Amino acid sequence: MPRLAGKVVGQSSFYGAVVTLVVFAAFPFYWMLITTFKTDGDLYNLKSIPYWFNAPPTLEHLKYLFEDTLFVQWLSNSALIGLCVVAITLLVALPAGYGLARMPGRSGENLSIGIFLTYLVPPTLLFLPLARVVTLLGLQDSMWALVVVYPTFTIPFCTWLLMGFFKSVPREIEEAAIIDGCTVVGAFVKTVLPLSVPGILTVVIFAFTLTVQEFVYALTFISSSSEKPVTLGVATDLIRGDIFYWGELMGAALISSVPVAIAYNLFLDRFISGITGGAVK
Amino acid sequence: MSAIAEAGAPRRTARSRFTAFDRLEVLGPLFIIPAILYVVVLVGLPFLLALYYSVSAYSIFNPSWTFVGLKNFREVIDSEIFRRTLANTLIFTISAQIIGLLLGKIGAMLLMQEFPGRRLARALIVLPWAVPVSLATLAWVWMFDSLYSVINWTLLAAGLIDPAHRPQWLGQEDLAMIAVATVHAWRLFPFGVVIFLAGFTSVPQDVLDAATIDGAGFWRRNYQIILPIIAPIIMIALIFGTVFTFTDLSVVYLLTKGGPINSTQVLGTLAFQVGILSGDVAHGAAICLFLFPFLLVAVILLLRSLRRREI
Repeated sequence: MPRLAGKVVGQSSFYGAVVTLVVFAAFPFYWMLITTFKTDGDLYNLKSIPYWFNAPPTLEHLKYLFEDTLFVQWLSNSALIGLCVVAITLLVALPAGYGLARMPGRSGENLSIGIFLTYLVPPTLLFLPLARVVTLLGLQDSMWALVVVYPTFTIPFCTWLLMGFFKSVPREIEEAAIIDGCTVVGAFVKTVLPLSVPGILTVVIFAFTLTVQEFVYALTFISSSSEKPVTLGVATDLIRGDIFYWGELMGAALISSVPVAIAYNLFLDRFISGITGGAVK
Repeated sequence: MSAIAEAGAPRRTARSRFTAFDRLEVLGPLFIIPAILYVVVLVGLPFLLALYYSVSAYSIFNPSWTFVGLKNFREVIDSEIFRRTLANTLIFTISAQIIGLLLGKIGAMLLMQEFPGRRLARALIVLPWAVPVSLATLAWVWMFDSLYSVINWTLLAAGLIDPAHRPQWLGQEDLAMIAVATVHAWRLFPFGVVIFLAGFTSVPQDVLDAATIDGAGFWRRNYQIILPIIAPIIMIALIFGTVFTFTDLSVVYLLTKGGPINSTQVLGTLAFQVGILSGDVAHGAAICLFLFPFLLVAVILLLRSLRRREI
């Protein structure tokens, strides 16, 4: 009998710990969800229980968000910036990752660590000089400034990941293609790239989400509402002085977070093996 | 490369279609150059520019490149706000790392067990790391609201606080630091969970089985076998987390903007205020560059653990 009791205690404390951690991690998202659909009267009622609806849910906040703010514009800005950055990143990181993966000896590894280290140079150190560079390029207060700057962190990161993925493709496959009459570039495009599609897809997702998440450069370079990406627009334009449009704010945060969160979860396993597996081995 | 040469040698007739671009010695560097150029032009040169800003008198109102030596650094160190900021940054970074690491390890140990709903639990735990930080932080601003705070409501309902003295989470000097560090740890610990999970799964099962047969219990296995094996990975994660926290400004900017009375001011937010909002680029750069020696140490540590890793 004491054995059974011990098991029950062990089980319940295990689940207790899981539930506590899940609540700590996810409660803010529940809070976004419930705030989005609550009427203002319900939100600002000190007497009622805040965890649930005390008045019927409303679509008022979402309606305001889509009709009376630039939310849709910010979303499409973010999508456009993300797509352009992903394109630039692939164009540069695909050949670089391949070149590094196939470099003989330790030189490829050393060079790749060198490139990867630039990922550690933080925006905080670079936003002042980059603001100057952006002005020189005539891109101040334009979302194109972000398209130019964001590859500085996506390229090192993606080159590193891609190098790991390319290394796992056996060399013999390209060599066979070359013997069959392909050029080296042809062999890369026809054999290595198709075999690396899952890896490339992972890199695309991560470059895109990194770009959508960025905040510091956007905050530094952009002040016109119509040029803002969604993270900046929501965080700055839906707060007017002391007035926070909480229903709209939380709705916007929720809508922009959900796709990113789903993409992350789908590719998480591959991402873990990419960052801890291939590259330095 | 030699394999290609050997394979190509007997087939003399095929030689003609190979050009210089088909030699890996030529092509390899050609493939890598664009990446290096991008990094040099948009990371390397701006970094040098930052160095020069910090020893000049440059401001957006008076763009003078006059060399002033270490004057900016002296003025920055002499400022009381800066010294407070430096201390805040250390407290913020260290406490967020400790909470993040502990929760990361606990979370990974829980998620290693098989239980119904494990995938859902993992997805929910990873959420704070997956979503854009600025948007996730806004939810915390609302949860900490001075009047309608759900945290205060819960504490009141549980009888833990006195209705006359509701804590102003973002408005009191002592509480504001706790609030920003908690939110940052909240954002970071899922990354720790993921890294610990990756580490745990890479520990060979036969090593664990052998230890169990030899009589090693749960704690011994944990601290004398698993931890030493996964130490390099944890080190890399820790360096990343520390650099990320030390240099980040988004959580603090969105929660408190460095207030009240600079009690949560960190290097990032101070540099932003001085360099961008006030336009005093030279002093802003000097503040940013205080990060640099620290980053250098982080890079050296990182290189060492990269070399040492075996899993």
